[in-house]
Amino acid sequence: MFDDRYTLAYKLYPYERSADQDKDTPVRHPVVVMGGGPIGIATALDLGLQGIPVVVLDDHEGVGMGSRAICFAKRCLEIADRYGCGEPMLDKGVVWNVGKVFHKDDQVFEFNLLPEEGHKYPAFINLQQPYFESFQIERLRELQAQGAPIEIRGKNRIDNVTVKEDHVVLEVSTPDGPYTMEADWLVGCDGASSPLREMLGYDFTGKVFQDSFLIADIKMKGDVDFPTERWFWFEPSHGEGASMLLHRQPDDVWRVDFQIGWDVDRKEEMKEENIRRRLDAFLKGVEYDMVWSSIYTFQCKRMDSFLQGRVFFAGDAAHQVSPFGARGANSGMQDVDNLGWKLGMVIEGKAPESLLDTYNTERVHGADENILNSTRSTDFITPKSAMSTLLRDSVLALSEHYEFARPMVNSGRLSVPCTYDGSALNSADALDGPARTRPGSPCPDVPLGDGYLLSKLGNEFILLTIDTDAPDEIEESGITVRRLALSTHDDPSLLLKERYLGDCPAGVYLIRPDQHVAARRPNFDENQIRAAIRRATGKE
Amino acid sequence: MSDLILTPNIDGVDDFYAELIATHEGLSDADSQALNARLVLVMANHIGDRATLSQALAAAALKSEE
Ligand SMILES: Cc1cc2nc3c(=O)[nH]c(=O)nc-3n(C[C@H](O)[C@H](O)[C@H](O)COP(=O)(O)OP(=O)(O)OC[C@H]3O[C@@H](n4cnc5c(N)ncnc54)[C@H](O)[C@@H]3O)c2cc1C
Repeated sequence: MFDDRYTLAYKLYPYERSADQDKDTPVRHPVVVMGGGPIGIATALDLGLQGIPVVVLDDHEGVGMGSRAICFAKRCLEIADRYGCGEPMLDKGVVWNVGKVFHKDDQVFEFNLLPEEGHKYPAFINLQQPYFESFQIERLRELQAQGAPIEIRGKNRIDNVTVKEDHVVLEVSTPDGPYTMEADWLVGCDGASSPLREMLGYDFTGKVFQDSFLIADIKMKGDVDFPTERWFWFEPSHGEGASMLLHRQPDDVWRVDFQIGWDVDRKEEMKEENIRRRLDAFLKGVEYDMVWSSIYTFQCKRMDSFLQGRVFFAGDAAHQVSPFGARGANSGMQDVDNLGWKLGMVIEGKAPESLLDTYNTERVHGADENILNSTRSTDFITPKSAMSTLLRDSVLALSEHYEFARPMVNSGRLSVPCTYDGSALNSADALDGPARTRPGSPCPDVPLGDGYLLSKLGNEFILLTIDTDAPDEIEESGITVRRLALSTHDDPSLLLKERYLGDCPAGVYLIRPDQHVAARRPNFDENQIRAAIRRATGKE
Repeated sequence: MSDLILTPNIDGVDDFYAELIATHEGLSDADSQALNARLVLVMANHIGDRATLSQALAAAALKSEE
């Protein structure tokens, strides 16, 4: 009655009977998270760090086998860093900068990403998803040991949810039989096929792409010296499909991704001999072991609203994108980053419930940006008309000769965090500073003598002052805002000035707990800053 | 006059490309070809400079020096 739907890589939270199961009346929890994937665990870390009690229920007992996500972008890693698990990810991950683009087996050009200097985290790393999740759980265990109110219950499957006016009632199955529990708030992080969405009858609309991908993770044998680069083929002969991607992961594992079309015989394609036939065609004599393989299809869809009464949706449950540009887990992490502090403040009575509506508006904006970008990549890789194909092939032909055409080649755009332009939480921009740090922007990192700016921002509201004065602490309607005083005299790289001041002599930034800019000004003006704090917490 | 620009020169190139594809959407092959021809002429007129236009023609034929 309780079989696993997938094989585990690591059994990290085996089933244990919880006290809730022996109570006559259902126990009420402030927050229950449905699903212990990367997004559910991140939710638990965010709330747990704030001291908000949170229970994660997952229908398995650990991290699933199979790599799935391999590309984790800078902002995602910065969020993980805020939760205290970014460094092991960076240590284990593979960093790459060089990419090659091929058309019909011939190389058309090579590029170097030339990453911007002065960030703790690179533009992205390659890391198998099970590692990403294991580092999260390790951190969760560490926080538990320090007394953070986080609980995770393996083999607890939510089978039914009833939404009431001010709470939800959950029917949970376990190997010991069912029990009922209640939650003031439920966060649905139960993945792309979200049973929660089904139970509550919400639509998931968008495009289904008629294509499938065959993924093979392989480990090369012997001393093969394959470079740490991203190779992308348009219409490769050896893949017999629209595209193919080769990418390195840690442990000398390589991800090969064949786009094989819609009308395929899955069973036939999944046979090892058939996968090897495709691989051998371009690996020519190299020996390798198969680590994992899978066939998947994808869609670009989202829910109309990520907040439905007492229920939030985050991660793949709320939105799904094509794999081009690695936006799945990366955008889910940004959902949590956005939701965590808002929910925490509402639960602690520091902000009105209306603040939660901005989770929906801000993250729907993010999801739409991701869907747009990944749809465009998909259309470039798999053109939908003869003219579209002709234009695409012309871009590829020109890119071999001229630099101008290279940025037009779209094999997936790097996932970058979205700027919440026009958010109700922003105050009008009062500083004539750089566009990249306007209100709504995620703070770009900057090296400071003994570390990095983002690590100093932490998890709370911060008043960042650069070369100007302000009180060390401001208390406004229950919110304490700490000052972080910096000076361009301690900015040897000049990047603080470049990223936060531009030509302005000084600046004051109000920064949200998710490290997005809420307001900025040339100087400290008490009334204006107090108003900005109220606005950023949904009180104006 | 100025040389033909062969380095990236369009801000928001993905937006432009999407708009270009969208302009062709729903057209028959012949109508699509005709649209492209008109587009070339409109752009050529905008460039105006004869020498630059000759360089552009050679570049499109993949004949020019890199
Ligand atoms: C081939 C492939 C490649 C990808 N590459 C990338 C990439 O490079 N970069 C990137 O950012 N993203 C990538 N993604 C996307 C990424 O894997 C997902 O976005 C990510 O796993 C979503 O996390 P999640 O926590 O929302 O959902 P999931 O990881 O799906 O987790 C959902 C969890 O909920 C549990 N659950 C389900 N139902 C119940 C229930 N009734 N009760 C309790 N628990 C339940 C499940 O067991 C699971 O543990 C890729 C995906 C695929 C398939």
